[in-house]
Order: sequence, then C-alpha cells, then structure tokens
Amino acid sequence: MSLIHKTAAELGALIAGGEVTAVEVAEAHLDRMAEVEPKINAFLHIDRETTVEQARAVDARLGAGERLGPLAGVPIAHKDIFATADMPTTAASKILEGWRPPYDATVTSRLRAAGLVILGKTNLDEFAMGSSTENSAYGTTHNPWDLTRIPGGSSGGSSAAVAAYEAPLSTGTDTGGSIRQPAAVTGIVGMKPTYGGSSRYGLIAFASSLDTPGPFARNVLDAALLHEAFSGHDPMDSTSVDAPVPSVVEAARNADISGMRVGVVKEFGGEGYQAGVLARFHEAVELLESLGAKVVEVSCPSFSTALPAYYLIAPSECSSNLARFDAMRYGLRVGDDGTRSAEEVMAMTRAAGFGPEVKRRIMLGTYALSSGYYDAYYGQAQKVRTVISREFEAAFHQVDVLVSPTTPTTAFPIGERADDPIAMYLADLCTIPSNLSGNAAISVPCGLADEDGLPVGLQIMAPVLGDDRCYRVGAAVEQALESRWGGSLLSKAPAL
Amino acid sequence: MTVDTHMPYDEALARFEPVLGLETHVELGTASKMFCGCKTTFGAPPNTQVCPTCLAFPGSLPTANAVAIESTIRIGLALNCSIAEWCRFARKNYFYPDMPKNYQISQYDEPLCFDGYLDVEVDGRTVRVEIERVHLEEDTGKSTHVGGATGRIQGADYSIVDYNRAGIPLVEIVTKPVEGTESLAPDVAKAYVTELRETLRSLGVSDVRMEEGSLRCDVNVSLMPRGASEWGTRTETKNVNSLRSVERAVRSEIERQAAILADGGRIIQETRHFHEDTGVTTPGRSKEEAQDYRYFPEPDLVPIAPDPAWVATLKEALPELPSVRRKRLQAEWGVSDLDMQAMHNADAFDLVEATVAAGAPAADARKWWMGELARRANESGVALAGLPITPAQIARVTELVASGALNDKLAREVLEGVLAGEGSPDEVVERRGLRIVNDEGELSAIVDQVIAGNADAADKVRSGKIAAAGALVGGVMKASRGKADAARARELILEKLGVSE
Amino acid sequence: MSAITRDEVAHLARLSRLALTDDELAHYATQLDAIIESVAKVAEVAAEDVPPSSHALPLTNVFRADEVRPSLTPEQALSGAPAVEDNRFRVPRILGEEA
Repeated sequence: MSLIHKTAAELGALIAGGEVTAVEVAEAHLDRMAEVEPKINAFLHIDRETTVEQARAVDARLGAGERLGPLAGVPIAHKDIFATADMPTTAASKILEGWRPPYDATVTSRLRAAGLVILGKTNLDEFAMGSSTENSAYGTTHNPWDLTRIPGGSSGGSSAAVAAYEAPLSTGTDTGGSIRQPAAVTGIVGMKPTYGGSSRYGLIAFASSLDTPGPFARNVLDAALLHEAFSGHDPMDSTSVDAPVPSVVEAARNADISGMRVGVVKEFGGEGYQAGVLARFHEAVELLESLGAKVVEVSCPSFSTALPAYYLIAPSECSSNLARFDAMRYGLRVGDDGTRSAEEVMAMTRAAGFGPEVKRRIMLGTYALSSGYYDAYYGQAQKVRTVISREFEAAFHQVDVLVSPTTPTTAFPIGERADDPIAMYLADLCTIPSNLSGNAAISVPCGLADEDGLPVGLQIMAPVLGDDRCYRVGAAVEQALESRWGGSLLSKAPAL
Repeated sequence: MTVDTHMPYDEALARFEPVLGLETHVELGTASKMFCGCKTTFGAPPNTQVCPTCLAFPGSLPTANAVAIESTIRIGLALNCSIAEWCRFARKNYFYPDMPKNYQISQYDEPLCFDGYLDVEVDGRTVRVEIERVHLEEDTGKSTHVGGATGRIQGADYSIVDYNRAGIPLVEIVTKPVEGTESLAPDVAKAYVTELRETLRSLGVSDVRMEEGSLRCDVNVSLMPRGASEWGTRTETKNVNSLRSVERAVRSEIERQAAILADGGRIIQETRHFHEDTGVTTPGRSKEEAQDYRYFPEPDLVPIAPDPAWVATLKEALPELPSVRRKRLQAEWGVSDLDMQAMHNADAFDLVEATVAAGAPAADARKWWMGELARRANESGVALAGLPITPAQIARVTELVASGALNDKLAREVLEGVLAGEGSPDEVVERRGLRIVNDEGELSAIVDQVIAGNADAADKVRSGKIAAAGALVGGVMKASRGKADAARARELILEKLGVSE
Repeated sequence: MSAITRDEVAHLARLSRLALTDDELAHYATQLDAIIESVAKVAEVAAEDVPPSSHALPLTNVFRADEVRPSLTPEQALSGAPAVEDNRFRVPRILGEEA
C-alpha cells in the first residue's frame, strides 16, 4: 500500500521506527496534491519547499533522539483560518489576501512541537461562514466522491484534502457544524471537541462563543491522536477549560460499548431529511443495539429553535469580530486616493474585501444587536441557548450519548443553494445544538445513501468534557461497519 | 470659529441652577496592559509596546490583567461602592482608527463597582458627591494629524497612529448628577477631581498625571431655570487637562448655556472641547446619526465573580484615605481649618508629615513649608515637592534653631543655600559662616563698640528709658551681620549701662 | 409583513462600514427580510424566566498575572500595514471625533 493510503498512526510508527523518513512521507503527499489539486482545489496555499524543509527538521530531531509524539513526521493540512507564521493566512477572504501573521495559532504551534509537518493551508467558506466552501473568495472546493458536489463547509478544503488522500490529517473549526458536516458529506471522521477543550488563540474569529478547533481524519483513532496532540488548557485563551484532556486515544482503542445508554434525538428526522440518510442512520442505531448498547428515544423539543438562535448569535458576534478588518493596520486597502477619509476608505475596503455571505451576516448581526432589537433577537437567542443547554443536560442524565444523522442530506450539487441562504443554513440543523451548549460531538461515516451513493454521517453527541465517549462509540461503529464493508467507506469512493 | 456669548457668572447663577456630572478616566499603573503582556511605559518610541492582541491582529485574544481587576475593586471600595458579585466585560462597538478592534472592551450594565460616594470639602462645607459606577475598560491608541494648518483633526491631510497606549487599563468613574452646589459648582467640580486624585494616589493604583493623560476628566453641565423641576439638556466637555481647567470649564459652560437659555435658545446635547488658552469650550463635530454602540457581553472573556472574602480582605487592607488622614493630621498638629486648607491647596501634607517624622515640631515644619518655602516655590513656579530640598533637611534646620545655633534670619539663609545647591544645612552653615555669635568676648566687644557709637541712646537707657535699648540691640545685630544672639546682647547692654529691667 | 426596509439596510450598512450600491441594498433588503422572518422563531420559546447564556460554559475568574511579555518589534507590527510613516500606521484623514 502506498504511503498516502496509510493511516496517520501507521505513518507515525513507520517514521518512528526509521522505516521511512518524514521527508519521504511529505513528498508522497505533495505528489498526490500535485496530481489531484486541479480537480479538488482543497488548498489555498502550498509551498513544497517549506514543507520539505519542515519534514527534514523533524527527521533531524528524531535522528538526534528527541522524543516526539506518535504523530511526529506525519503531514497535516491546516484550515486557512489558523495563523501560521511561515505561511499566508487569509480565512479565504480578499480582505486578508497575502497576509502573513507574525505568530502561530496555539493549535499550529502545538502540532509543530509534536513534529507534524504542514502540507499547506486549506480552503474554506470566507471567515468560516458557510456550509459548502462556495463562499471562498478563491474558488470552491470539490467533493472527491463527486466533483460536481460540495465538500461541505466551512472546513471543506480540510475534509476534501483528507478524503482525497492528499493529507492523512487536517484541522478544522466548528462553529455550527463546520467540521462534522464536511466530514459527513466526504465520508471521513470529524470531531468538534468540547468548547474550550481546544484553544482558539490564533484562530481567526467568526463567533467567539461557538468556534471550536477540531480534527479531521480517515479513521477514529487518527482523529483521537490529532485531538490529543493539540488539545488542553491554553492561558492565551480565557475561555479555555483548565482540565485534563479527556482520554480520547484510549477511548478510540476501546471500542466496547456494551451497557452504554444511547439516546436517539426524536426531533432530528422526518420532513426535510433525505430517505437514504435516514435509512443509514436507522441501521446505525440498530448496529449500536446489536453491539450491546441500550437505545432509547429522547425528546429535546427546543432543538428545533437552535438554528434560528444560532443565526442570531453567530452573526451578532461576527459583526463585532470582523470590525477589525478596516484597512488601517493590515490587509486590503481600497480607495485611498489621498482625498477620501478613513471612514470612506474603511467602508469601501470592507465592501470590496468581504463576500456577500459575510456582508449579509455582518448586517444581520448589527441588526440583532441594535438598540430596540437586542432583547427580541440577540437577548432572546441567548435565552434559547440556555434552554437548549438544559435540554442536553436533562438528556445526559438519561443517556451516555445522543445520536442523530450529522446532516439532513448528502452532499448537494455545487450552486444548488448558493442563492438561497436559508436553504444553505439547513445543512447545520443537527449540528448546531452542540455548538450552542458547548458539548462534544463527532461525525463518523455510516454508509452511502441509496439515492445518490454519497456518504452519510452518524453524529454522536456527548456531554461537556465527555469527548472520550464520542470516540468510544465512534470506534465501535467504525469497527463493526468496516468489517461489514470489508474496508473503509472511503475505499468505495471513485478513483480520481 | 464663532464666539459664544457668555452671561456674567453671578447673573447666570441668579437665573439658573447648575447640575454637574463628572466622568473621570484613570489609566492604571500596571506593569502590563489590560488584555495583553505589553509594557505600559509612557513616552516609549512608537509601536514598540504592541503585540497581536493590542493591534487586533486576526486570531488574537484578550486575557484579563488580575492586578487591574484588583485595583478597580480597591478604587470602588475607597469610594464606598458596592462590589458586583458577578459581572461581565462588554463590547462597545464603534469604528475609529485609533481603536484597533473597532470595539472597546468595556463594561456596560454590569460594572465592577457601583453606588458609592466621595465627600469633598468646599468653602468649609462638606459636599457628598455620589458615585454611580466604577468600571474597567481599555485605552485607545494615539493619532497624530498631519498636514492642514493647525495640526488638529479638522483639515488634516492624513493621520499616523501609534498603538502603544492601546489596551492600557482604564478605569472610568462616573458620578451621579450633583445638584444643589449653586455658585460653588466650579469649586465642587475641582474639589471632587482633587479629592479623587488624592484618593487614587493613596491607593497607589495610578500616577494620576493630568498633563500626561493618566487622569482625564469629562465635565457634564446642565442648567435649569430657577423654580423649574426638570433638568436641562447637558453638554459633555472633554479635553479638561488640569484641576484649574475643571473649574474654568464648568464656569465657562454655565455662562455659555445661561446666555443661550436666557435668549430663548436651546442647548444641544453634544460633546464640547475645552481650550486651555481661551478658557472657553467649543463644539465637537456633530455626529451624522445617533451612536448605537451595540453593547453585548464580551465572549472572549469569562465573567468576573469576586470572592466576597477576598473583597473583604482588600477592604481591610485599604490605606488611610486622604480625608481620614487630614482629620488625623489636623488633630496631631493642632492647626486650624484655615491652615489645613492652605496646606491642602499647597499639596504640603506629605512634606510636613515627613518633616515631622524627621524630628521637627509640627508648628515649625508647617511654618517653613508654608512660609519661606512656599514663597520660594511660588517665585520659581514649581510645586513645593519640586523644590530641591528634603523634609530631613528642614528638620535639621529647625533643630539648629531650637538649639540656639541659628536664629530665624540665619535659618532662612541656610535654606537659601540648600536650595542653591550648596549642600546640606550643616555644610551651608559652615561654608557661609552662619553660626550665631555666642563667643562672650566677641559679643562684649561688639556691644562696647555699639554703645560708644550711640551715646544718645546709651544715655537714655542709663536714665531709665529701657525701651531705648532696642536701638542698641539692633545696632549689635547689624554689626554682627545678624549672627548675634539678640537676647544675650540685650542682657549685656543693660549690664554695661548699669540698669536692670 | 416586511421586517426590514431598504432604509434600514442602508443604516445597517453605515453602522457596519460597508459601502453598498443601491442594487446591493435592495438585494440585501430582500434577503435579510427573509432571514429575519425565519430567525424570529426564537420568540416561540417560552424563556421569560430563563437567564441568557453569553458563553458556552459557566467559567468565571480567569485572569492573567500582571507580567510583561515581549512585544512585537515595530517592523513586525507594521509588516502588514497598507501604509507606514515614522514607525506609525499611516491612515487616511479622520473625519469624526473620537466617540
């Protein structure tokens, strides 16, 4: 089997054992990228020389006897929303074209320290606002399963890169489902850790109270290894949880779920859900039962208002977070002809530098925070947030994990929802509640929909700091399904 | 610039009642900024004390300075405030080039401290100024306006921005409306800022330098016609950079508003700027539309919930506050209200107290600082504390006087020498030869000489007109260039002329 | 019912510092109207006595010691600036007063 088809755990072991060098592994992936990028467009920035340089440095560190983690020398692709000191960081926006941060995000620097080699920066919906990667200022990314379809979003470059074997691992951020939804529609594993479990420092903010960095991988164990490598308390992020990282790697290796209580969220299903998605989901639930879990139905009636609450809270925060892009200190400046005022230049730059979805959300958030509207919109949304957290809390008294389809549909065709923001927002229907309450949730592949042969994801939600449960249940499902399929779901994907 | 009409102050007060409000911003003297680890040194080269956080680079996050939180609570406690059990930072959203994030991290409806008061004394009367809130926020950067005629913002070609100041912790102290101060309104405003400044200084939380902007004051003034019950529209005057300006700005605003109202005009709610040179206020550029700051809880920082036990400890550990101290010093020194006020105005408490601590009697310490030294300071236009002389040196001079080695006249010369940089009091005495003549033989010779040269006066004394001895003593003092012990000289004169008192 | 007018969108654009064309204003007015109507569903949740959540988790009192950390060099600070003069960020003339 070629290097690009190996798991991250295998690559780490091969490199640590001296059977292959980090440079060889990096080059194998760079070659694959060169081959498939014209079709996929997962990356915004690739710099072969810098990557090989990094790999060489890791080989030297290992050669000098330095003890690095299990992923030392393994390549990774970073969503282009994490600051990287040696590469441009744009959030897929024209307003930050070419900007090079003089610092690393905590996620980036921790992974550098652990010896991971950066392959490049991946595409996303501009400032992580979207569910299809069509909102990138630098072109859309294509789903490796069907190049006419979206790879999910906002972390669509990261999901596509891993699904297309361009990278064994990648990072993403999940504000309303931006890791889980792309993972589901590309047939890979994507995890949203507990809010505050992974640092936001150096992550370009979309909605501060929701943004959560997390891992993408082709299997549950790899995701857990990556999760463990960048997680943990960061004093640079005041909302970071000062608690030990849940033992996610151990959980991923322990696929035993007998006796676990699994709750099926009653509200996620029915109208608006694709039949093939529901069919695979119900099979997955039966599978869990067959593996010894006790399955019950749980009702969370307010989850149906999570989507509107989210589309008030996230835009409100973003309207403020994106105010800093003003053409004064960095980034694009438009219209500065020596006569125009700073105010005019700011407004012209922001109009030219932000795409339509970003402008839409900035104005929506500005509206929701305005005096006279605050209580009815932002204030009420925050109360709904409390209600949703309480429903999660009540549910987790009854069950150990909750399950649902990750998305109501499989990957939709590029362009289908581009002019219909509300239809686009529905892609995050099942993922948003966990962002509002801050709990952990993962998406693992659970088969292909009959109608279109495209991947379906199973979402497993666990309480705050119960991230290990996501991995344990995810690993059990993965093990059982892969033995049924005779390999990974991705092995069924068409060749590129 | 149009010149506003001003109504004479007394007339304005006869027709209108002023209502005051004061908003004071204090830069805390922390080592690092409010939300990042950058230094806070005043006057550093531009953009050398900046980092991703205080420049609002994408991805950066704030982390709250523990000492700033503690200092704010201590200020609240010193101002008799209640301390919030739970409160949050909030974002105040507005675009301005010197504010990197285009929102200011501040506090909105949940200030750290609220409902306090500060008593100030004006004209022998105690006025209680109620404090509405004390909250914590961050300062902005500084713009320099280039081009145009004035260097001011209007007419400039462009601006250049230094963000060293951006993110320095700023405490905002807001009073409730102050009513009933009548003609003393300007004095109350000044006394409040003075008292507040001393309180902050005693807490050691800020260097409170108005000229460097570490203490900034906005003055709100409104007038209501006599007999009315509703307050008038207020203006907010900024750029009030000295204690004296606080007083002048209030006075000028009262006079200006009175003239408008008396003329049937309407006061516009606006921000005005005080001009140190002319002593008047002018309007700021009016905003196109009402500001809507869209405050919301800061999601990047978690709520503050001060432990009540910790707050109690902070309260107990508060230093002696200036008003309490003044009462104590007055009792210890046994001086009149008037003298206390004079020392207060001259900022002399620390100096007098230190001089007493160095061994001088309180009366002497006060006499020197408020007399000779105040005169010298006034002459050279410096504050008392700015004189090149120490309390210990003053104490030494009083000791020399008490021991009879110096009289007052010589002591003044010694002070002059010390101020001129000639060394310590003892060195000045030595170098200038200022010790009192207490050699009996030398003094006797001078007395003989003076008696011989003033036969008329000597005869008068001999004939029993003892009062005439004064002229002879004066002669001895003159002949000795002030160094004689006048009392001993008088004894000798009477003895030699064969009379007794 | 129209929740948001074109004039309101123009006001939002000014508050957000977005120079939008007339066509854009009209386009966004239609879209925002639909979105606001859809998010207004939050009002359906009876939450009068429920405290609002501004944060995902109930953390409190996270502070940093008052210690100086290294700053950027002026070169780093200014490296991405559109215009620089005298180690300062050069910006177009500023119209309004500080708020």
